[in-house]
Amino acid sequence: MGYVGEIFVMAMTAIFINNFVLAKFLGLCPYLGVSKKLDSAFGMGMAVIFVMTLASAITFLIRSYLLLEYELGYLQTIAFILTIAALVQFVEMVIQKNAPALYKSLGVFLPLITTNCAVLGVAILNTEAKLSSGSDYRFIDAVLNGFFSGIGFTVVLLAMAGIRERLELVDIPKSMRGMPIALILAGIMALAFYGFMGFKI
Amino acid sequence: MKFLSELTKGIIKDNPIFVLVLGVCPTLAVSTSVKNAIGMGFAATFVLVCSNMIISLIKGFTPPKIRIPVYIVVIASFVSIVDMMMAAYIPDLHKNLGLFIPLIVVNCIILGRAEAFASKNNLINSLADGVGMGLGFTLALMVIATIREILGAGTWLGIPVIPASFEFKPILVAILAPGAFITLGFLMALVNLIKERK
Repeated sequence: MGYVGEIFVMAMTAIFINNFVLAKFLGLCPYLGVSKKLDSAFGMGMAVIFVMTLASAITFLIRSYLLLEYELGYLQTIAFILTIAALVQFVEMVIQKNAPALYKSLGVFLPLITTNCAVLGVAILNTEAKLSSGSDYRFIDAVLNGFFSGIGFTVVLLAMAGIRERLELVDIPKSMRGMPIALILAGIMALAFYGFMGFKI
Repeated sequence: MKFLSELTKGIIKDNPIFVLVLGVCPTLAVSTSVKNAIGMGFAATFVLVCSNMIISLIKGFTPPKIRIPVYIVVIASFVSIVDMMMAAYIPDLHKNLGLFIPLIVVNCIILGRAEAFASKNNLINSLADGVGMGLGFTLALMVIATIREILGAGTWLGIPVIPASFEFKPILVAILAPGAFITLGFLMALVNLIKERK
């Protein structure tokens, strides 16, 4: 299988088969918290794709050229979370200065992303993941995996927001409103995504 | 007196999972069996208690503008300690919990208590708050894990609890991802119902 095939497998796995939210339970706080309206869900999704791709690239470089080079592997958790926090802060400042329009739509979501476990999750998973040919991730694989995982997150976030917007019009028992019904919805979506699990690419 | 109320509020009244809805990711991911739930609960409690104490001690000279990075470094250090200790002494459990041990760093319960409580209160009260919140988290995890393990595998902590004459067929979906969402959804609805009745 050529490299394009590898990329295709990686994309399908990250988006459908092993979805970050529904199969790996990463990034649930924004998934449940920012899915009430389609607009804000879209903004959050874009911000997450952007930060996950960048964070995958930078944490990969830090791990290969700093941590492994100087045998500091045990500092990985601290190094990664600080990198992500600094990166998010930096991106926020750059966007605010150079693209005020974009900042208006994404700005409020950026600080929330630091504590989104999907970002730290993808950085750690990239260190352990293997290509289907069995070799370790190279730089470009890590970046692509971050990008596709972000897309997987956005797809289910948008689907959830679409359903919840309609749910506003439905008469739900009082004790089920809000979080409980959102969780049960997520469960049904996860069940639907299990249908993809049978696929062997 | 204050000590006691800080200690007990996390267990029921301000339970981090059912009432404050914090730290949902690890809750759903590790509640597949009671053993994993206890392991995760105690790991998070240890980090919570230690980071609460340190943050309460350094609150006098932490510059307010960079307080969040400071908290994150404190929390990440304790998470690394837990990660290495578990890998050394309980490798099986460490393998089961996997990714979710380093992810304790971004567990909102811990950063949330640091910001909302430990940065404003003294050492003793912060210690009580950490223990109470940690136990509340552990108990909630155990409740969810008990339901999922009994339904999904017919066991509790690995011991079969349903008599063989009952001919119980395990509902596998309960220990898979969808079961986690649905169980927590119904438990939260139950909590809301109890609050309404009061």
